[in-house]
Amino acid sequence: MAYSFPEEVLEHVFSFIHSYKDRNAISLVCKSWYDIERWCRRRIFIGNCYAVTPRITIRRFPELRSVSLKGKPHFADYNLVPHKWGANLYPWVAAMAQAYPWLEELRLKRMVVTDDTLEMISHSFKNFKVLVLSSCEGFTTHGLAAIAANCRNLRELDLQETEVDDPSGNWLSHFPESCTSLVSLNFTRLEGEVSFSALERLVGRCTNLRTLRLNQAVPLDKLANLLCRAPQLVDLGTGIYSGEVRPELYSKLVSAFAGCKELKNLSGLWEVVPAYLPAIYPVCPGLTSLNLSYATIQSVDLIKLVSQCQNLQQLWVLDYIEDSGLDALAASCKDLRELRVFPSDPYGAEQNVSLTEQGLVSVSEGCPKLHSVLYFCRQMSNAALFTIARNRPNMTRFRLCILEPHTPDYLTLQPLDVGFGAIVEHCKNLRRLSLSGLLTDRVFEYIGTHAKKLRMLSVAFAGDSDLGLHHVLSGCKSLRKLEIRDCPFGDKALLANASKLETMRSLWMSSCSVSFGACKLLGQKMQRLNVEVIDESGPPDSSPDDCPVERLYAYRSVAGPRFDRPTFVWTVDENSAMRLS
Amino acid sequence: MEGVLGLPGTGSAAGGGGGGGGVPSGSSGNGSMSTVSKAEVVEQDYVGMLSEVSSYPAESELELGLGLSLGGAGKATNKPSAWGEYGRILTAKDFPSIVSRGSSASSSSSPGTGRPHPSVITPVSGTKRTADSVAQEVGSGNGSSSQVVGWPPIRAYRMNSLVSQLKAPSSEEEERMIPENNRSKDALAKGTNNGNTKSKSNVQEKGRLPSSLFVKVNMDGVPIGRKVDLNAHNCYETLAQALEEMFHKPTTTVNTARGEKEHGVVVEAEKPSKLLDGSSEFVLTYEDKEGDWMLVGDVPWGMFLNTVKRLRIMRTSEANGLAPRFQERDARQRNKPI
Repeated sequence: MAYSFPEEVLEHVFSFIHSYKDRNAISLVCKSWYDIERWCRRRIFIGNCYAVTPRITIRRFPELRSVSLKGKPHFADYNLVPHKWGANLYPWVAAMAQAYPWLEELRLKRMVVTDDTLEMISHSFKNFKVLVLSSCEGFTTHGLAAIAANCRNLRELDLQETEVDDPSGNWLSHFPESCTSLVSLNFTRLEGEVSFSALERLVGRCTNLRTLRLNQAVPLDKLANLLCRAPQLVDLGTGIYSGEVRPELYSKLVSAFAGCKELKNLSGLWEVVPAYLPAIYPVCPGLTSLNLSYATIQSVDLIKLVSQCQNLQQLWVLDYIEDSGLDALAASCKDLRELRVFPSDPYGAEQNVSLTEQGLVSVSEGCPKLHSVLYFCRQMSNAALFTIARNRPNMTRFRLCILEPHTPDYLTLQPLDVGFGAIVEHCKNLRRLSLSGLLTDRVFEYIGTHAKKLRMLSVAFAGDSDLGLHHVLSGCKSLRKLEIRDCPFGDKALLANASKLETMRSLWMSSCSVSFGACKLLGQKMQRLNVEVIDESGPPDSSPDDCPVERLYAYRSVAGPRFDRPTFVWTVDENSAMRLS
Repeated sequence: MEGVLGLPGTGSAAGGGGGGGGVPSGSSGNGSMSTVSKAEVVEQDYVGMLSEVSSYPAESELELGLGLSLGGAGKATNKPSAWGEYGRILTAKDFPSIVSRGSSASSSSSPGTGRPHPSVITPVSGTKRTADSVAQEVGSGNGSSSQVVGWPPIRAYRMNSLVSQLKAPSSEEEERMIPENNRSKDALAKGTNNGNTKSKSNVQEKGRLPSSLFVKVNMDGVPIGRKVDLNAHNCYETLAQALEEMFHKPTTTVNTARGEKEHGVVVEAEKPSKLLDGSSEFVLTYEDKEGDWMLVGDVPWGMFLNTVKRLRIMRTSEANGLAPRFQERDARQRNKPI
C-alpha cells in the first residue's frame, strides 16, 4: 500500500491552486485531501449568502483570510426586491469576529451593511486590508470613519456603486497621519462634500496608491492638485469634469495629466465640458478602460476622444456616440473586448440620437476580440443579430436591451427568435445572455438546444407558454442563474424541472404565472431548495392556491430556512405548513 | 443557402481572408463571406439554417399554458402619464417604410398570442399600452401603474445622474459649445428614424421627466435614509401617505429563540401623522435646486418636481422660520387640504 505524501507537502502543493473550481475539485478526491484542503483554504466565494450559514462555513474552513459574499438577487438593482428583504452582513461579521481574527479581506455585493457592522469589522480584524462594498447599502460615513481610523493596514477601500449618506462630512480626516498603506480608494457614490485638504494629504502620503475614484464633489482644480501628488495612478475616476473655461485651469490640468504616465483606466467624467477634454488626450494612447457613461457630450467630441485610444479594451459610453461614433470606434480600437452603450433618454418615446443596430454590427465586425456587450437601443433586426453572431463567435456575454418591450424586427415585423437563435448557435462559449424584443417560445427552444455553456439568462416580456421555460430548464446544462420577469411561464415547467433548480444558484420569477400552490409543492418536495414567495399585498394563502404570486425566489441552500425573513416573505418547508414570520 | 452563410472559419478561405489572421475589411471585393457588414441577408436565408431542434416533450404533457396574454387582456383604461401633455402622437405618415413592409411579412414563426404590432407605428401610445397591459406591477409601493417598475433595467443612480445633468442650468451653456451638425446628416443618411432626432436642448425645453424620479428622504432621528419615487405620485397627499408608511411600518423580524438576531433599524419615532397640515410632530420639507429648505406643499406639484432635490422629514420644532408666514400657513392648512 502506497501512502501519499505527507500532509505538509500536499498542503504546499495546494497552496499554488487558487481557483475556486480547482479547490473544490481537490476536496472531492478523498477524505484526507478534503481535510487537508479545508485547513489550508484561505479564500472563499459564497454566491448567495443564504445558501450556507456562517457556522457551517466556519466549521468547514477554519482558516480563511478572504471572504466574498453576495446577497440580494440581481433584479434588486432595478427595484424589484422590496426594502428590508434581507442580506444582512451583521451575522456573518459577528461569527467571523470570533473565528477569523486574522481575516484580511471582505468583498461584498448587494448586502446590507450597517455602521455598527463596519465598526465591528474595524475592531475585530487586526490585519484587515481590503473592504469592497459593491451595490451595498445601510451605512453612513460614521461607519467609514471607524474603518479609516482603526484599520491600520488598510489597502483597499472600494465603495463602487454603493450610495453612502454623509451626515458629518469628515470621515477622510479619520485616516491617521501614519496611514500610508492605501493602494485603492473608491468613493464615487458618496454623497456630500469631501475635505480636500484631508484628501490631498492622504493621497500625498500613500505613495503606493494605484486607484483613486472620486465623487462628484471634487472639482477640476482639486483634481489637478491630486494628480500632481499621485502621478503613479493606474486607475483614475475624476469628479465633476466641468466648470468655467479658464486658461490657467486648463493648463494646470494638461500638465497634471501629462504627468500620469501609468494611467490605464479612466472613469468619472460627470458633466463633461468639451473644452476641457483635450487635457485628457495625452493619456489616451495608454488607456485600456474608459468609462464615459456619465458624459453627456456629443458624438463629435466622443469620436475625437475615442480615436486616440488605440489600446482601448473596455468602453462604457452613452448612446450619444451614435452609429458614426461606433464606426470610428471599430476603426480605431482593434483591441476592444467590452462595449457597453447606455441610453441617454430611456423613457423617451422617440429616438433622440442616431444610434441603431448598425453601430453594434460595425463594432462586431471591426473588433475581433469583442466578447462582452451590453447594448441599449430602440430597434433591432434578425439580420443584424445574425451578422453579429457570425462575426463574433467568441462572444461570451451578450446583453441586448431594446427599450420598448415586445419590439419586433423592425424590417420584417417578425419576432427576434431566429436572431437570438443565431447568437446561441454560433457563440458556443456564451456565458451570459439577456433577451429583449418580441420573442416567442421558439427562442427558448434555440437556447435550450444550443446554449450549453450559458450560466446566466435574463428574460423579460417574452415567450408564450410554459414550453419556453421548459426548454431552458431542460436544455441549458450549465445554467446557474435564471431571472425572469413578466413572462407567461407557470407551474408546469417549474414542477417538471424541479430537480434542475437544485443544480442552479437561484431562480427569480416576478409577474409570471406561478401559483402559490406550485410554490408550496416545490418547497415541500425539494429539501435543499429554499422557496420564497415575496408578496407585499398580504398572505398568499388568503387567495386561492391557483392565484399567481407576485415574486418567486428559489435558491439552493444547505442552511435551511432563514431566520431573518421580513413580514412579506413567505416560505414553505417539508412540514407543509406555511411558515410566517 | 449554405454557401451564403458559412462560418467565418470556413468561408474565408475562398474570399478575402487572405493570408492569415487579420480582420477582413468591411468592403469585401470578391464576395468574401466571412464577415458581413450590412444587414443584407433576408430572413428567409437563415431561417432554415438553425440545426434541427431535439425533440421536446409531447405537447400533451405540457399543454400550452394558461399564460398571461400580454397583448390584449390588459387594463382597459389608459392612465394619464406624467408626460402626456408633452408627447406628440405620431401617425403612420412618420413611418412610411415600416408600414409598407408590414403587409409582406414572411411566414416564419408568428407570435403566439397574435398580438398586433401597432407599437412600432405609434410609439407614444405603444409605451402606454405596454405599461398597462403588462402583468400587475409588483407592489413596491409605487402608486402609479403608467410606468413599468424596473424597466428598462438601468440603475436608479444612473437615471438620476442623467436627469440632473439635463436639468442643470449650466448645461444650457454647454449646448452652445456643442456642434449639432452631425445630427441631421446622420438622420438623413440612415433614414431609420423619423428625422425627428432631438438634442439635449429639446428634452430640456419640453421638460420631460423620466418615469422614475427617486429622491432621498431622511427623517430626523433615523440614521439611514430611504428613497422615494416622486413620479409615482401626482399630488402631495399620496406622497405624504407613502412617506408615513415608509417610516413607520416596522418590518424587521427578530427570532431570539435561535440567538441569531437580525440586525436592522427599527423606527422608534412617534407616529408621524398628517405630515402636511402641521398637526403632527414632524413636517415634510425639501431642498430645492438653490439649496434652500422649503416646506412641502406650497407650490404646484409640477413645479415641485422640477425643483426638488431631496426630502427631509423634520421635527416641527426645528422647522420654525423655515418659510415665511409658517405659522399663518399652518393655521390655514388645518382647514384646507392641499
